[in-house]
Amino acid sequence: MTTRRSFLASVLVSASLPAISWADAGGPSYLAAAREVDGTFALFGLTATGQETFRIALPARAHAGAAHPHRPEAIVFARRPGTFGLIIECLSGQVVQDLTAPKGQHFSGHGVFSADGNTLFTGEIDNLTGAGGIGLWSRGNGYRRIGAFASGGIGPHEIVRLPGQDVLVVANGGIITDLDEGRTKLNIDTMQPNLSYLSLSGDLLDQVIMPPEMRKASIRHLSVNDSGKVAFAMQWEGVPDETPSLIGLHRMGQDVHLLEVAPVLAQKMKGYIGSIAFSGGTGAGMLAASCPKGSVIALFDASGSFRAMLDRPDVCGLGSVSGPFFATDGFGGIATVSEDGIAPLRATEKAWDNHLITI
Amino acid sequence: MKHILVLIVALIGAPATADVTDAVNRHILPGYADFAEASENLSVVAQQDCSPEAVRPAWNMAFDAWLGVSHLHFGPVEAKGRSVTIAFWPDERGAGARALASLIAGQDPVIETAEGTAQVSAAARGLFGLEYLLYDPQFADAGAYGCDLIRALSADLAAIADATLADWSGGYAEQLRTAGSPENRTFLTAREGTQALFTSLISGLEFTTLQRLGRPMGTFDRPRPNRAEARRSARSLRNVDLSLRAMRNLTVTLTNGAAPATLAAFDRALTLVAALGDPDFSTVATPQGRLKVEVIQQAVHAIEISALTEIGPSLGVSAGFNSADGD
Repeated sequence: MTTRRSFLASVLVSASLPAISWADAGGPSYLAAAREVDGTFALFGLTATGQETFRIALPARAHAGAAHPHRPEAIVFARRPGTFGLIIECLSGQVVQDLTAPKGQHFSGHGVFSADGNTLFTGEIDNLTGAGGIGLWSRGNGYRRIGAFASGGIGPHEIVRLPGQDVLVVANGGIITDLDEGRTKLNIDTMQPNLSYLSLSGDLLDQVIMPPEMRKASIRHLSVNDSGKVAFAMQWEGVPDETPSLIGLHRMGQDVHLLEVAPVLAQKMKGYIGSIAFSGGTGAGMLAASCPKGSVIALFDASGSFRAMLDRPDVCGLGSVSGPFFATDGFGGIATVSEDGIAPLRATEKAWDNHLITI
Repeated sequence: MKHILVLIVALIGAPATADVTDAVNRHILPGYADFAEASENLSVVAQQDCSPEAVRPAWNMAFDAWLGVSHLHFGPVEAKGRSVTIAFWPDERGAGARALASLIAGQDPVIETAEGTAQVSAAARGLFGLEYLLYDPQFADAGAYGCDLIRALSADLAAIADATLADWSGGYAEQLRTAGSPENRTFLTAREGTQALFTSLISGLEFTTLQRLGRPMGTFDRPRPNRAEARRSARSLRNVDLSLRAMRNLTVTLTNGAAPATLAAFDRALTLVAALGDPDFSTVATPQGRLKVEVIQQAVHAIEISALTEIGPSLGVSAGFNSADGD
């Protein structure tokens, strides 16, 4: 005879049980961390109109993270020195697991899940040498660390995964940073960033190294669209009045297309892109890059042609589930962004942090 | 006694109201009007007599007027690359001189129309393009074409200054004055308006500290007097002086004068500037000279610290959250 308890037990292990999904977490479209007015930090679920679906207190300022592809679960990395990450169950708001960076290393602040959601990949940096690694964590085993491999360069930052493929794309920024108070950059004169494509077992499948005059452009942030095209955003460590292209488009195995911005407008980007995002959903698509130091957002069409530059103070967080971009700034604003301009959605008292996690 | 304490706490703790309207009406709009007028005058003078001797005084007046607003890096002056074109500096690689030399060598007819001139590299235009033509020996013998170039660039500058003023007067000023009103799509909250002005103040002070003073200072072992702003016209120190005065005026209008520590810090820095007597910072080449400029630099940095700690909290604004954070 089947008791209620044994029935429940069998249901719980049954693969046919509908999994708890993101819709159950109140249907957020984005996750965003922020500093509250009282100086504390929290993670928020935000709908496409900027309404808060949940709030989870964080022990410290966050940087970025990754959402599980199916379940309402996310990894959120602490801001530097970035020695820990938190796995948060977004229904209950519980921290279900702490991840600690291996001894002598710190997290880059970005990560990504495998397509099946079973493995989490985290960017890791050796404290002394800057050598980059990718850490592997098994979700099914309580996020136990199950391995690591080289990231293909120095100072990795953001990691994305090609859609529908087991290929990681890593922005190896090339910079060795002293973890002192001033975060001194130790190797600007010899830095060599790259964009690396890695199999899930760490094989280097393709690597983009920019021409010598672009050596001081640190490749840091990434976005990938449904077709597998990768946009990479750079931060310029060279002479400030030079305005090299800060954005490249690339498809594995092909040549890089550097996007052009007229010099007078390129100056406004202040050599620094904070986030980059392709628009989601159907249609030709757009690409947006936020420049918090220049307080502008640059927009490009699907072919990489410059379309518009829009002013938004301290703007950094960027995402797009579908249609226009969703942008957050350090002064509390939430807005949608399109070629037609910036359409504010909400003004809050929070200081929204660098990155959005698009669900 | 208890009541007095409560009152004192209330006075200290209550955020003051930022006077954005006063800053717009008594600082920003008059500043852009002065710049437009001085630039128009420069253009008129250049049409009458394009010799450097004749044009220099009007060019200096236009530069003086620009320093009244050069710290304002938002709104119309940031549209269409205007601010970069008005003052293309620093120009580490000498892009301006190269572009001008190329125009002159080719006797390029592109400058015959306003539209054509607007297509010329920003590095060759604006106040610094004109400074090369008016002061640098390299361009002393540019002949009739050099004369046309001075006229074209002066008219171009006047057009940019006029368009900036028109955009401020024709709507942007009202957007800023009504920050936070329901129909305002530029400034969602009153705080965003205050923030734009406060950010201008802080980044303007930083620019003077790091660029106007920091670039010629170089390092102790390697001072770089040739990197001083507007050194060809020997107005590097004057630029520091006038930009500090302008930012002091912004502070007074924005806070209704309720920023005693910041204003005192301005006055201290201005006193040091007045005593330096080195118009182009060429004395940074000597240890004693460099030390004196460093003392000014520290005094300007002290204004910034004062503004961040005194004005920021009282107006409920801060330096940027993401912009201040490397990532």
